[in-house]
Amino acid sequence: MLIIACPYCGPRPEIEFSYGGQAHIARPTQPAQLDDEAWGAFLYLRDNTKGLYAERWRHSHGCGRFFNAVRDTTTDHFTTTYKVGERP
Amino acid sequence: MSAFRTPAGGRIERSQPVSFSFDGHIYSGFAGDTLASALLAAGVHLVGRSFKYHRPRGILAAGSEEPNGLVTVRRDAARVTPNLRVTQVELYDGLVASSQNRWPSLTRDFGRINDALSRFFPAGFYYKTFMWPRLAWKALYEPIIRRAAGLGSAPTEPDPDRYAQRYAHCDVLVVGAGPAGLAAALAAASSGARVILCDEQSEFGGSLLSEAATMIDGIGALQWISNTVAALAQNPRVTLLSRTTAFGYFPHNFLGLNERLTEHLAHPKADAARERLWQVRARSVVLATGALERPLVFPGNDRPGILLAGAARTYLNRYGVKVGSVGVLVTAVDSAYQAALDLHAAGVRIAAIADVRPQATGALPEQARQAGIEIIPAASVLGTQGDLRVTSIDLATHTAGGGVQFAKRVACDFVLMSGGYNPSVHLFSQSRGKLAWSEAHLAFIPEISAEREVSAGAARGVYGLAAALEDGHAQGAAAAAAAASAASAASAAGIGNAAAPRRFAVNVAPVSVEAYLGALPSATAPAKDKAFVDWQHDVTTRDLALATREGFRSIEHVKRYTTTGMATDQGKTSNLNALAIVAKTLNLPIPQVGLTSFRMPYTPTSFGSFAGTSRGDLFDPLRKTPIHSWAVERGAVFEPVALWTRARYFPRSGEDMHAAVARECLAVRERCGIFDASTLGKIEVVGGGAAEFLNRLYINSWTYLGVGKSRYGILLRDDGFVYDDGVVARLAPDRFHVTTTTGGAPRVLAMMEDYRQTEWSDLEVWLTSTTEQWAVIAVQGPEARRVLETLVEGLDISAAAFPHMSVAHGRICGVPMLLFRVSFSGELGFEVNVPADYGLAVWEAIYAAGQAYGMTPYGTETMHVLRAEKGYIIVGQDTDGTMTPDDVGLSWAIGKTKADFVGKRSLQRASMNAPTRKQLVGLRTRDPNVVLEEGAQITASPGQTPPMQLLGHVTSSYYSPVLKSSIALAMVSGGRARAGQTLYVPMPRGDIAVEVTSPVFYDPTGARINA
Repeated sequence: MLIIACPYCGPRPEIEFSYGGQAHIARPTQPAQLDDEAWGAFLYLRDNTKGLYAERWRHSHGCGRFFNAVRDTTTDHFTTTYKVGERP
Repeated sequence: MSAFRTPAGGRIERSQPVSFSFDGHIYSGFAGDTLASALLAAGVHLVGRSFKYHRPRGILAAGSEEPNGLVTVRRDAARVTPNLRVTQVELYDGLVASSQNRWPSLTRDFGRINDALSRFFPAGFYYKTFMWPRLAWKALYEPIIRRAAGLGSAPTEPDPDRYAQRYAHCDVLVVGAGPAGLAAALAAASSGARVILCDEQSEFGGSLLSEAATMIDGIGALQWISNTVAALAQNPRVTLLSRTTAFGYFPHNFLGLNERLTEHLAHPKADAARERLWQVRARSVVLATGALERPLVFPGNDRPGILLAGAARTYLNRYGVKVGSVGVLVTAVDSAYQAALDLHAAGVRIAAIADVRPQATGALPEQARQAGIEIIPAASVLGTQGDLRVTSIDLATHTAGGGVQFAKRVACDFVLMSGGYNPSVHLFSQSRGKLAWSEAHLAFIPEISAEREVSAGAARGVYGLAAALEDGHAQGAAAAAAAASAASAASAAGIGNAAAPRRFAVNVAPVSVEAYLGALPSATAPAKDKAFVDWQHDVTTRDLALATREGFRSIEHVKRYTTTGMATDQGKTSNLNALAIVAKTLNLPIPQVGLTSFRMPYTPTSFGSFAGTSRGDLFDPLRKTPIHSWAVERGAVFEPVALWTRARYFPRSGEDMHAAVARECLAVRERCGIFDASTLGKIEVVGGGAAEFLNRLYINSWTYLGVGKSRYGILLRDDGFVYDDGVVARLAPDRFHVTTTTGGAPRVLAMMEDYRQTEWSDLEVWLTSTTEQWAVIAVQGPEARRVLETLVEGLDISAAAFPHMSVAHGRICGVPMLLFRVSFSGELGFEVNVPADYGLAVWEAIYAAGQAYGMTPYGTETMHVLRAEKGYIIVGQDTDGTMTPDDVGLSWAIGKTKADFVGKRSLQRASMNAPTRKQLVGLRTRDPNVVLEEGAQITASPGQTPPMQLLGHVTSSYYSPVLKSSIALAMVSGGRARAGQTLYVPMPRGDIAVEVTSPVFYDPTGARINA
């Protein structure tokens, strides 16, 4: 079980969190402008990185807030966690 | 005293004899024995039959790596534990154990025929042999193979025991309490660290327990252990856990330990926990897991009586048991000579030592020569003889040409073997540490740690007692220092200066690093007998050769094809030999062939320990509504819906479900019914941006929804598929009351929070779950208004003043109320929301008032029938995550003028509007009494045989009491255009003809709902 440092609450065990997939994928502001391929890429295509990976977590059984984290997928070690709107 | 028990010595309590049974025979041993040592003391080596060939097997090892000796220990019908290793079963008075995988008995096993037929059972035989006829696999081959190739059987009764679980934190967790682990714990504890020391054995000391003659710092090894353990036990910052296996190493230094609390007791207390699962978060970890002796691979190396040299030494020195009368040692390393020397000193005849090396020149071989033991250098083994016990061994010597030639047959009743040691890197590998190949050790040893972890002693290839103690001490000090630097200043206050390096004076010579890997040199002519690599899964050198011949190159593939290393012992004794043999066949260096991953658990761990208290009533939280007790008193039958327990129907005496539901349905249609809808998910969406928030999220338009009005809302995911539905009411310009499906409430709130926090931070919105704040009492039926009129205060609920989909605050029975005029039944309906604490009282008041109007309580089953008669879908039953609003006939709800909402862009894809998409339709059977099966498939024509052309499937199906006919909802390709067509539902007893209809079976104009 991972220890995840919620930027609002501090380090907590993984069972308090839910995973939110890859970070920094903004929903297109005008989806109607996108062709099927671009929309499909937004919906379904995600990186499968070996190494550092920016991802979303929600402290669902704590403060309830979403935040971002950078995790090394080969070791499961986090290099940082940061609030929505911030950059690592 | 048995013939094989020494007159004195060992860790057993000779004053405490205990009686036990094995396969029905009564034996006696002593407290402190394991089942293995007690059986060996009685001269019993044969303890099992092998997995595939049913070959007789004896005890190979003395520890948890034992591959052969798997037994079932039975206390009573519910306490039957299969697949326990004889080497780990501690003896208690009255212990009942039995062997496995044999019929009719261990000595006369019918399955032995598999050995004679073994040419039909090569590696991967089940992929090749049992392919035809296809149906025979399920009916014939699989059951037979499963019976023949079984291990133990699971108990037939539920486990009556209690399993405890505990979380723990420490600065340093030391795994393994042999010399390195004890020294590590001493060093870490002396610097003030909080230490947990665990060991899988019944007492601490590890290999030292077999070293009574060894002196450490001038005191005997056994005394040194007890002094050390006493010193650690006195330290309040140290936790000592014996009989505790560290079975799993998870990320961020989280380790699972399984502590066995009562397995070793003759009469455990009835309320005692049987095992305890420790979930330990350690700042740093010391892996002092030692090394396991490596067997040698030669033909016939699996006969009972053939065992690891170090194991024989442990049986002699720790348990006072001689493993036989006349023995032969086959070795490639000096260290194994100590076993022969100790047995010789104990009066056991060592007939020969066959040393694989060209010369045996070390100090221990020299002692053996002086003791008069014959040493055959440059030796190999051609085979062994004996059925239920080894009787002789054929030794050979190397020839100049690189082959071997027969030297002589030596009679014996045991054979010791040793190819050196494999460092126990299982936990290190689980922690994702990087292993490096060591040519000196002929083994993989830890190189780069992935976690804050250090290995110590033999686990990292540091052999010899003095070296292991020193290394353990140094690594323990390093681990404490690492823990201190990892901790915040405040919490690390307890850890002071690191312990200074320490040397330990011992009276044993340093050990040179030696090993042998792979099969022993063999004759050019194929050996008659098999040479086993993996004892537990019956994998031989031939199987590995076959796998490489058939093209398997990756060790991961060879492993799965031959199943080597895949048994319950995870190849503790076999993996490296298998790897070396494959590498040799492929002519590749071993590091290039790679090593398979070690996975948790290190040894099999009971399900009870993982489950803990999460079983029976405590398996999941149980959610009950405020009205639950009333339903219980009325004899309701309940069903689980998500975590909720809901009343399904209220049978009167003599009624089955069908009769009760028919009565409840008609009562609602003709008079009125009362239904507990409290489980509905409820979310309050509040703020200046609330309407816009819902506009962006739901397919509907909310801007012009007036205060005091509600609307049926549909939520999609961005892939365009229906995710949830529910009534959304506007309580104030900036306040909405959103309802969700019972099961969908948490995920809808999570989805809302996701968009609110991460996409639309421009909107001022707050979301609050109010599911459990409101009790919801649905009053449905033509008489519903008359019932409520007498109870509602300050609110005109007449048809004109309070039409369908109205919402208003008011009071009922003196308490605050939020009243909805909504209907999921198709009748005039209200949903009375009151604060949950008043729910039961208000329910009882409405029910009492309703008696004059024939009010009947109804459950979820009736609710389902009523909504199906109206063609109302249930998300998750009629939808499956691949249905658009149009598929289920809800495109009318889409806000046409909205530029965007979640899922809108996906609905514009061509395939989302294909005319062949499955659409919601109604089905009526020709025979009104035939009720279709939910999930049944639908075809266009009768009499089809597989592969059929399937048009869709039945999603909901009931008998409708009001229509006196069966009804069904179905998703059918191009279904709406098929109205009036006859389709077919193929069933085992023939096709059922159905007519496609509108999904609205009852009151299609909605006159009743607007009454």
